[in-house]
Amino acid sequence: MSEEIKADKVMDLKGLPCPMPIVKVSQGINDIEVGQVLQAISTDPGSLNDFPAWARTSGNEILKTEQSEKEFSFYIKRVV
Amino acid sequence: MELENIEKQIEELKAQVAALDKKAPENKISMIVFSGDLDKALASFIIATGSVAMGMDVVMFFTFWGTPMMRDKNKHVGGKDLMGNMFGAMLPKGVDQTKLSKINMGGMGTAMMKSRMKKKNVASLPEMISMAGELGVKIYVCEMSMDLMGFKREEMIDYPSIEFCGVAKFLEEAANSKVQLFM
Repeated sequence: MSEEIKADKVMDLKGLPCPMPIVKVSQGINDIEVGQVLQAISTDPGSLNDFPAWARTSGNEILKTEQSEKEFSFYIKRVV
Repeated sequence: MELENIEKQIEELKAQVAALDKKAPENKISMIVFSGDLDKALASFIIATGSVAMGMDVVMFFTFWGTPMMRDKNKHVGGKDLMGNMFGAMLPKGVDQTKLSKINMGGMGTAMMKSRMKKKNVASLPEMISMAGELGVKIYVCEMSMDLMGFKREEMIDYPSIEFCGVAKFLEEAANSKVQLFM
């Protein structure tokens, strides 16, 4: 039973290599309220490790990660 | 009597915690950029901007071969002695003139890498530096390196937070940092 997560903001980070995805997300998360969800879509395979590391460090929560062949989509809940 | 003892202990513990708080490193990274190679400078700025994303304060110290990169290619200052002029001419003036530490091949390798970086959307060094500036990365340049190489403050890049210092300033920052790197 995969529940649909509604994103309050979507960031298209496709084509951006390290360190841009996390730099952008660390700024973009401030555009939503605590409790809201940011969806970030990246094509950088390093994101699979980087986004969880960023979330743990910044104290935010990744609710769900979707992965297709070339794209990675992270649903990040702003906690702090 | 017993209660008094406990109160006293609590006071002592409070004082100890406060002292420990003072000693605890800040959420900060201090980096020495000693190398003047394009590759290491790029890595330095990727780590610097990434650190800001991770919520850290960032301080970068440019010393020795890292110093010439911090010059502005469009700024010209006179009044240098012969050696100063020679060093000035031999060393990269700004990041655009830096080279790869390997496979430079008379500049061909560096040019190839730069074009590949562009193709792959990797930010160039000048872009990284301006982003670092916007993100609040602090830059310090070693005063003694500048003096040795005959550089003047007026020929350094325009950057939101650029200052000049010696080893003590670096050590103060490093001692208060969770992460210290030497590039």
